[in-house]
Amino acid sequence: MAFLELDGLSRSFRGQRAVDGLSLTLERGEVLALLGPSGSGKTTTLRLLAGFESPDVGRVVLEGRDVTALAPVARRFGMVFQHYALFPHLDVGANVAFGLESRGVRGAELARRVAEALALVDLAGFERRTVANLSGGQQQRVALARALAPEPSVLLLDEPLSNLDPALRERTRRELRALVHRLGITAVVVTHEQEDAFDLGDRIALLRQGRLEQLGTADELYAAPATAFVAAFIGRASEIPARTLSDRAAQVDAFTWPIRWGGPGPATAGAAARLLARPEGLRLTDPAPDRLAGTVTDRRFTGAVAYFSVATASGLELEVAAPPGAAREGDAVGIEPTGVGLHLYPADR
Amino acid sequence: MTSARRAGWWGWLLAAALAWIVAYPLVLVLVDGLRGSEGWTLDEVRRFASRRSEWQALWASLWLSTASVVLAGAIGVPLAFLFERVDFPGRKPLGVLVALPAVLPPLVGVVAFLFLYGETGFAGRLVQVLFHLEDPPWRLAGPGAILLVHAYSMYVYFYLFCRAALSRLDGAMLEAASALGAGRWRTLVHVILPHLRPAVAGAALLTFMTSLASFSAPYIFGGGYRVMTTQIVFTRLNGDDRLAMVETTALMLLALGAMALFRRADPGGSLAGVGKGTAPALARAGSARARASIAAAAWLLATVLLLPHLTLLLVSFVPVGTWTTEPWPPAFSPGNYAALFAEPERLRPLVNSLWMATAATVAAVAVALAAGSLVVRRRVPARRLIEGLLGLPWAVPGTVFAIALAALFSVHSPLTLRTVLVGTAWILPLAYLIRNLPVTGRAILAGFRQLDPALEEAAAALGAGRARTFRRVVLPALAPALAAGATLAFVTALGDFVTSIMLYTYDTRPISLEILGSLRQGDVGVAAAYGVLLMIASAAVFALGARGEARA
Repeated sequence: MAFLELDGLSRSFRGQRAVDGLSLTLERGEVLALLGPSGSGKTTTLRLLAGFESPDVGRVVLEGRDVTALAPVARRFGMVFQHYALFPHLDVGANVAFGLESRGVRGAELARRVAEALALVDLAGFERRTVANLSGGQQQRVALARALAPEPSVLLLDEPLSNLDPALRERTRRELRALVHRLGITAVVVTHEQEDAFDLGDRIALLRQGRLEQLGTADELYAAPATAFVAAFIGRASEIPARTLSDRAAQVDAFTWPIRWGGPGPATAGAAARLLARPEGLRLTDPAPDRLAGTVTDRRFTGAVAYFSVATASGLELEVAAPPGAAREGDAVGIEPTGVGLHLYPADR
Repeated sequence: MTSARRAGWWGWLLAAALAWIVAYPLVLVLVDGLRGSEGWTLDEVRRFASRRSEWQALWASLWLSTASVVLAGAIGVPLAFLFERVDFPGRKPLGVLVALPAVLPPLVGVVAFLFLYGETGFAGRLVQVLFHLEDPPWRLAGPGAILLVHAYSMYVYFYLFCRAALSRLDGAMLEAASALGAGRWRTLVHVILPHLRPAVAGAALLTFMTSLASFSAPYIFGGGYRVMTTQIVFTRLNGDDRLAMVETTALMLLALGAMALFRRADPGGSLAGVGKGTAPALARAGSARARASIAAAAWLLATVLLLPHLTLLLVSFVPVGTWTTEPWPPAFSPGNYAALFAEPERLRPLVNSLWMATAATVAAVAVALAAGSLVVRRRVPARRLIEGLLGLPWAVPGTVFAIALAALFSVHSPLTLRTVLVGTAWILPLAYLIRNLPVTGRAILAGFRQLDPALEEAAAALGAGRARTFRRVVLPALAPALAAGATLAFVTALGDFVTSIMLYTYDTRPISLEILGSLRQGDVGVAAAYGVLLMIASAAVFALGARGEARA
């Protein structure tokens, strides 16, 4: 039996479907990342889970018990808010104690558990600090300690890293990941950054317009994107208009490339298609009459590889990964498929 | 029933209660003016229209209010520029002092002016002695005197509003203007003044409405010169209640019309900078001599503005009956203050005002809290109605409300929701409460709007119920708004004169009525002592409020 189940959740605001028939399950101790562009319904999903919104239809089931009708107070879910929502008039200790007091914890027990929760997030001894005098990273950790202190059954995190600057963000993400795995807590993380989702989520649910586009591990989403949207959203990809020839070949520009048809349905020879090509799915070669040819318009150096922008005579803009010395701006080059990282979809999807 | 439905019902209930005490009395005024012993009639309206004095009073109200706006603006706006944009020694403390007329309740300010510039005031006596005159050199009476008091007490609106707007001015915007080749004048006209427009419009509206409702100054200085507020009171004193109702309606319509006109002329909208901005650099007066002369002028000005306060303080130490024709009081003693607290009859008004203001403030805060959570948080269907009713008393002069409440609560008729409260101890706190609803409501609703809803959600997620969330999270987070709303309400109620004079009884007489009584008996020292207490209470409460806001 799944530990936490979202069963056919839908929620509309003023006729607009924010979440549309969403079903998901989580095992105990699993961390799920809800990923998607803004407006994809990920925050609404989290709020439905927390009980701040009620679904129009659908259920939230925790350990076989339907909790859909329960108020947030009764769910015992911990939540870390996007802007932390720390109580500004209470000090760090009182913030962390707040949830424990709600559950009737008092006296020495209270002090002990507050200290424990703060120690978890490396803020031991911070009890009497005022919230306003903490750095952004420290505030984030206090919010985490506050959510964890009452030992919730599920931890919900709404864009927990979005308020941190890039350097701090990466460190905090690693710490958060280590902590969540150490505690073995079941968690749902909302984020619009794929790096966050890759790092934090055991599995990733990619949402689009309130619907589940694909559910899987980061590797699965990258290597086998179910739709063109997934392929474009996860990682980098150049989009190229193409034509299906068979279930193992497609026409790109005037050339035939060996590409496996990914579905849905059987390949229709001659049908218009969209090719999403990862930078590593293309290779730079010398120009030749039987190859797609173009001119290097830009080179972005990143270290071991560089990304080359190539414009073809037919008007395509492609991005190709290659060793930094492979070409220079203005060079005429040929382009070949490498055999991996090419994904073909029907043109209307 | 779902919680949203339940909240909706509470919303309608609150709206109904507000309608009963805010809108219903005004309707009654309208109806009473149109009803004679034989049913509906326009007789009183015709009588009103045929009397020259009514038209004169209406006109007087209108032009005095307009002139007050012009005069107060002419003083307040330049002062705002001086203290916000020019650097000179003593800028900060003087900038605070200049706002001090705000801590004088209207009647106290009028009394202070009387002691200072009245025919037997310090200034008059000084001139009389200096020039060996037989008679006092002038009489402080008529429209000029009223205008003087208005300008003195109301330029503060322009000063404070414009200073706030100027302090929000983005320095980079001024630098951009000068980088684009705009000179000082062009920058002023095309950059700074448009930025000030909302502040000036706000202050002008406030000044106009306050002048229109002004009662203390016309009552004390008007003599035979009547404005609508005093006209109503005198008509009523003559026992002509139904004509008073028509007059009240006329004043109400004038106020609502003026308000609508202002709204049309300035639909609002702040020009607050779009960027983060930098603080504008202060202009430094060129030479040391220029700086010194600006400082000297500012100090002189502050002294002039403070003279009424000092006069009040001085007169409060003059023993009863010792000061007759001398230019300077011959004797000083703290006797007046001792009497205030020693004699039960003198202490009574203090106690009355304190408990009535406290009760009205607590009630206003409670209503505003309920309104805030229903309107902002629960977004009940009645939210617009509730907000409108909360703000309505602001647009209606105090005299109108006093008459209206007297009409509603002088008849026992449960079927029409009327009962007798006039003559009891409840009518004044109720009147203060209604007068306070706009300021308290606005402050606390604004507080609710700034309150991050995530705070309440966080509390809920942490297992705190409604009551605990409210007590531990909402109330503390609202503290600054509560402080601001409550202090303003308390100070206004404590010094209220305009509604009190219509609704008080001897047993419930507030401080303002005792000041008036003492003046009539010639006990200037006692009147001044009460005035000083009111002044100190106001100043203390403002300081407390400012501290509360600063802490937040």
